[in-house]
Amino acid sequence: MSLPKLPVGAAIEALVNWIEQYFGWLLDGISAVLGFLIGGLQDLLLAIPELILILLVTILVWFVTRRDIKLAGLTALGLLLIWNLRLWNLAMLTLALVLVSTIVALAISIPLGIVAARSDTINAALRPILDFMQTMPSFVYLIPAVIFFGLGNVPGIIATVVFAMPPALRLTNLGIRQVPVELIEVADAFGSTPRQKLFKVQLPVALPTIMAGVNQCIMLALSMTVIASMIGAGGLGYQVLVGIQRVNIGMGFEAGLAIVIIAIILDRITQNLVPQQEGER
Amino acid sequence: MKLEGSVIFKKLPRDEHSRSLQTTISVEGLTRVFGKDPEKTLKLRNTGRSKEEIYEETKEILALYNVSFEVMPGEIFVLMGLSGSGKSTLLRCINRLIEPTSGRILIGGEDIVGMNQDELREIRRRKLGMIFQSFALLPHRTVLDNVAFGLEIQGIPEEERYRRGEELLRMVGLGEHGASMPSQLSGGMKQRVGLARALAGDPEILLMDEAFSALDPLIRREMQDELLDLQQRLNRTIIFVTHDLDEALKLGDRIALMRDGEVVQIGTPEEILANPGDAYVEQFVAGVDMTKVLSASDVMRRPEPVARCTAGSRVALHLMEEHDIGSVFVVDRERRLKGIVTLDDTLEAVRAGRGLEEIVITDVPTVAPDASLTDIISLIAESPYPMAVVDDDSRLQGLVFRGAILGALARKRGDVDEST
Repeated sequence: MSLPKLPVGAAIEALVNWIEQYFGWLLDGISAVLGFLIGGLQDLLLAIPELILILLVTILVWFVTRRDIKLAGLTALGLLLIWNLRLWNLAMLTLALVLVSTIVALAISIPLGIVAARSDTINAALRPILDFMQTMPSFVYLIPAVIFFGLGNVPGIIATVVFAMPPALRLTNLGIRQVPVELIEVADAFGSTPRQKLFKVQLPVALPTIMAGVNQCIMLALSMTVIASMIGAGGLGYQVLVGIQRVNIGMGFEAGLAIVIIAIILDRITQNLVPQQEGER
Repeated sequence: MKLEGSVIFKKLPRDEHSRSLQTTISVEGLTRVFGKDPEKTLKLRNTGRSKEEIYEETKEILALYNVSFEVMPGEIFVLMGLSGSGKSTLLRCINRLIEPTSGRILIGGEDIVGMNQDELREIRRRKLGMIFQSFALLPHRTVLDNVAFGLEIQGIPEEERYRRGEELLRMVGLGEHGASMPSQLSGGMKQRVGLARALAGDPEILLMDEAFSALDPLIRREMQDELLDLQQRLNRTIIFVTHDLDEALKLGDRIALMRDGEVVQIGTPEEILANPGDAYVEQFVAGVDMTKVLSASDVMRRPEPVARCTAGSRVALHLMEEHDIGSVFVVDRERRLKGIVTLDDTLEAVRAGRGLEEIVITDVPTVAPDASLTDIISLIAESPYPMAVVDDDSRLQGLVFRGAILGALARKRGDVDEST
């Protein structure tokens, strides 16, 4: 005996059709905005002469790491290597994709994290969704992204945003909830409005934790670049994918190395953006 | 690190030290229940159940029950009790960091319990400064920005609030530290910043929650002195929470003793000490009693003179005459206590030509160095001799005289001890 197969697939298809029919305009709008952002950012990055951009990034690293000469030197060497490997244009596209995905992910996750920190109900509602998002294999996000946005950079960004969002949301929520009770009492006792309490006490005190979330978000976005290339996102990830498909070890390795270099630079920059408050908690 | 004692609180440049205060704080029938069903809890309380019995039955905490008192302008009013007595909850009800379940709190005639959020913020900004046990400085702000926090919240322009912040930092002796981060300061310095922050908004009322309890005893005493000094010039109304009776006695114009969320007794330090209102207060006052805190080693003197048992009775007699005493302890070569000889017995022995070992009284009470005064007092009352303090090897460590015990107890009231 056998139960008839439940029509899950058919239901999903119906849902997708319905969404496309009634929200197509919204999907097109998102698509246009994201496409514009990526194109604009990539053009901007490519408009700057390579050597000058390398110099700018090196100075930035030197500055945020509080004059760590070694790290700044390694940054310059890494970027020069990418240039030398003729991967510069692809690297800039990857950088643009990562930055746009991260900005979109943070624009959603940080406000949601703040809301979750202030309301136990919303926090309880968000938690299973976040668990779901984090346990789902990242490949699965590719399917709805392709369905709604076709192939290309935009669906790649959508899948990346979904994948990279949860840690930033969680850490924002956690950071605010971990602000010591006495500091909240200080804000209240001195007559803060809820907004003053948020911006003058909760967010600044939670900032190191929130920045850890931002760092995680960027790293996850980078790690998604290769996977997103399967639905047509360009850049270094696509190069790796081509390397795999053609069994071209050298090509795949070079692109992979470039991704690692970018990852390390972005990681060091974001980790050092907020000075650690030693001692006091 | 420690700051020089008396330079600390410089005069405020503003004409604040002679302000006239009118604001009276009046708490009427204040009750706070932590739990979902306060009605039921209060009903149980009205049938005479205790806080614990109510907790057993409903898992609700009756933190405050029917508390009433008045604080006069310019007074230091101490709320004192053990942990869990509701004193910090009570303090937090006064600026509504904790919402009262019922009752009224009138500040200058206005009932703060009935205020809406805007009115509440206004009165917190203008009238109520608060100081916390854990200092609660904002770790991401400089010391100056911490002091100016309340002013910033009030929307006072940067230039003015920094000017005022600098003034207050100078007043608490931290004029040089405005640019430091809180993590760079010692505990005592942090609490000075806390005090400066609370005073920045020029509030008439200061709420101090165990403000000095986290400081080490020396710094704590110094801060207490400075607070009293400051209060003479600034004349605020201060509600001070502490669990330390000595601190309460030192600072309080009046003290409210709390137990299980209720006020047991209100009175001046004199009244509380002389006339403990009930057994609980008595126990509290007795609980900090030095007879339990001080031990034999705190009050003993050097064991001089003592007679060696190998010495003859003439030597012992000479010692007693020289020191004008009626008896002398006898020890052996290793300073182990053998006993005591009296003047009369020794005179007798000298005449009869007998040695010390024949007249020594070996049956003398002794105590260990860590014996409490309570134990010593009962023993010494029955013994005609001073009390010998001996170690485990029965070596003589010291002597306790009646006068030393009385002296130690008398000293206790005036000169606060940190051994608690």
